[in-house]
Amino acid sequence: MATTVHEPPKIEPERLPNQGSGNGGWRNLVPGDGDLRRIQPYSPPPASTGIWVIMASITMSFAAFTSALVVRQGTAPLQPITLPPVLYLNTLVIIGSSFTLEIARRRIATFMEGLRDKDHSASPTRWLYVTLFLGLLFVAGQTLAWIQLRSQGFGLASNVSYSFFYVLTVAHALHVFGGLGGLVRVTRKLHNTALRRSTLDATARYWHFMGALWVYLLLLLWTKL
Amino acid sequence: MHDTAHAVHGAPTSFIRKHVFSLDHKVIGKQYYALALLAALVGMVLSWIMRIHLGWGSFAIPGLHLLSKNGAPGDVMTPEYYLQLMTMHGTIMVFFVLTTAPFAAFGNFFLPIQVGAEDMPFPHFNMMSFWVTFVGFLVLVASFFVGDGPTLGGWTQYAPLSAIGAVGGPGEGLGVVLWATSIAIFCVGQLLGSLNFITTTLDMRTRGMSLMRLPLSAWAWFITSVMGLTAFAVLMPACILLILDHVAGTSFFVPSNSVINDQVLPHTGGSTLLWQHLFWFFGHPEVYIAIVPGMGIVSHVLITNMRKPMLSHRVLIYSMGALAVLSYMVYGHHMFVSGMNPVSSLAFSFPTLIITIPSTIVVLIWLGSLYGARLRINAASLFALGFISMFISGGVSGFFLAQPSIDIMLHATYFVVGHFHLVMGVAAMFGIFAGTYFWFPKMAGRMMNETLGKVHFWLSFVGAYCIFMPFHYLGIAGNVRRYQAFTDDYLIHLIPVHKFITIAALFTGFAQLIFLYNLIHSRFWGAIPPNDNPWEGTSLEWSTATPPPHNNFGDKMPVVYHDPYQYSVEGASTDYVMQTSPEDLKNAPDEK
Repeated sequence: MATTVHEPPKIEPERLPNQGSGNGGWRNLVPGDGDLRRIQPYSPPPASTGIWVIMASITMSFAAFTSALVVRQGTAPLQPITLPPVLYLNTLVIIGSSFTLEIARRRIATFMEGLRDKDHSASPTRWLYVTLFLGLLFVAGQTLAWIQLRSQGFGLASNVSYSFFYVLTVAHALHVFGGLGGLVRVTRKLHNTALRRSTLDATARYWHFMGALWVYLLLLLWTKL
Repeated sequence: MHDTAHAVHGAPTSFIRKHVFSLDHKVIGKQYYALALLAALVGMVLSWIMRIHLGWGSFAIPGLHLLSKNGAPGDVMTPEYYLQLMTMHGTIMVFFVLTTAPFAAFGNFFLPIQVGAEDMPFPHFNMMSFWVTFVGFLVLVASFFVGDGPTLGGWTQYAPLSAIGAVGGPGEGLGVVLWATSIAIFCVGQLLGSLNFITTTLDMRTRGMSLMRLPLSAWAWFITSVMGLTAFAVLMPACILLILDHVAGTSFFVPSNSVINDQVLPHTGGSTLLWQHLFWFFGHPEVYIAIVPGMGIVSHVLITNMRKPMLSHRVLIYSMGALAVLSYMVYGHHMFVSGMNPVSSLAFSFPTLIITIPSTIVVLIWLGSLYGARLRINAASLFALGFISMFISGGVSGFFLAQPSIDIMLHATYFVVGHFHLVMGVAAMFGIFAGTYFWFPKMAGRMMNETLGKVHFWLSFVGAYCIFMPFHYLGIAGNVRRYQAFTDDYLIHLIPVHKFITIAALFTGFAQLIFLYNLIHSRFWGAIPPNDNPWEGTSLEWSTATPPPHNNFGDKMPVVYHDPYQYSVEGASTDYVMQTSPEDLKNAPDEK
């Protein structure tokens, strides 16, 4: 029997505070006699740890791109470029999407905990759809920026500043697609089968990370190029 | 529902899901092992071909022209083709053997079992990890058969040669693109693997399995996965930038006004050192990615055969952790001769000397623990001893190379080839062999032939020293590396040494066929293990069935009561106490 948001008590228990590393991991629910099957349905997937690991990996990749930019700048001065103004609008969009996702996450979490918020119980997913829309809008905005630059004759190989611009923004956009996929998955699970709290939180954390990463990249592009 | 919906994933029923696209970490571990075995055979044959050419330059190797018509006209290889084979040998061995076998293969099979989990937490990612790696291997090998063959830039692919395209020589066009694509794909696979290893270790441990109760092999895989996560995440962007320099005309790595083969290149302002920084930031941790799992495996094997724990479980773990941290701070020692600021050389030389401290501590713990131990001599323990021997022999030459003033003299010589082959290549291979002989009963449900295993060890041990110790002498004599022929006056008298090395390489290579025979024969016709714990080990892999069931532990998850290596505990009922034994051990040193 699947666990859904309509059955709040079956949602995965959060981190057990009395289970330190001496008791087999933070979220491992193996009971004292080891008889896992008759007591717990399964150990919850460690989505939370996994998402931190993924974010660490992405951070390393963008740190590598950043150091490449710095080293390359030290070899020969980079030609200054004018960033397409739509990027600033996109920044507002992705920051706004973080806020809408956080509203959605909190409302779904409240719903899961069985504390139905009477004002918002009709549709806990409404803000999730708004976030999805804003995410797609962000990607569309980034695409618009690339089209604008291309129409002005500035391609990937025009000069190294544009090379870095395209590499960083495209790499970020590809990772944003991953976040959008996560949001779609959360939405589908919410409607169809079961949604674990850890999945929801991990997806939200990744999306916030995408927003923060974009702000960092914009500052990097703005100050270095 | 609770009786049926417990497993991370259900047992597969179809052949495809059971043996090909399997989600089971044990099958994935075997797939990685098979891939590593295939890659090792390819890499070994390439080394034979190169060695024959170095000893007898005009010797026609029958059929070589079939591999490359232009690279080996009349079955005698061209200088360029020698470099192409060398590049492929290095790339295949480093990435698809030394990274996949000790880490991905054994780690996949045994990490979840040793922590007491039913599987890795993200089995789909795990399956993808292997198949992505396999595709990476195919892409790399494909470069043998396209255009003018594989790249000739060495496994390090130094820019600008690697970034300028076909004008740089055979394989420098499509060959480099395939190489970089292969490695980028490989990085994806290893990142997915690291994700699973880290989360398995942190989140999937069974009740009672604290971090300090993890066996040393599990610790080694965990530390390696953290290194892999950060190192491969840097190499992948580097490969992407390299591909863009090729296919999109960008100038990340190619400087302005470069003239190659009388052609002025269109690139502007690229940095040749940038590639080296990015590559070696990955490259040095990669050395430890190859060797740290071996340290864990060897420790695990030795303890079981010594019937006593190491002098210090914790210090071994901390030392392996220190190696991982320091491995990121020493990468510049690969660039002493690359035109770095001398102050930078000094800055990288210091941590390079520092990193010898944890390495030395690990070795001293091994030797100190072995002192007075009544070691059970078998193929696994012999290869574990061989690992220590190779690690020491290869490591000692690292002291010399860590100093820029000496490295400048030796860097481009066979001294470096001898150093890294012993400390990273042969040592890691011995770790793989130790793990194979030790864990084969659990993996295959059959015993390997011990006599053949011991013969394999002695031939390999003697052979490896015969190959790689003379490399050091060649290097001190000034024998440059990466040359396909030695025609200078001062090098001609060294050719007999090369001939000796070639004979030793062929001899040692054929000794590996004994292992291959033993592996295949034992898989089908080997003796059935007397019980689930033929070596009388204590960790969780020995407390489950042989081979382990789909969910590793059957109906009951293990509960851990003890530190991993409770051997010869005073007052205990047996010589060894398994981690799952509820026996009260008042005299166990680590449990007081």
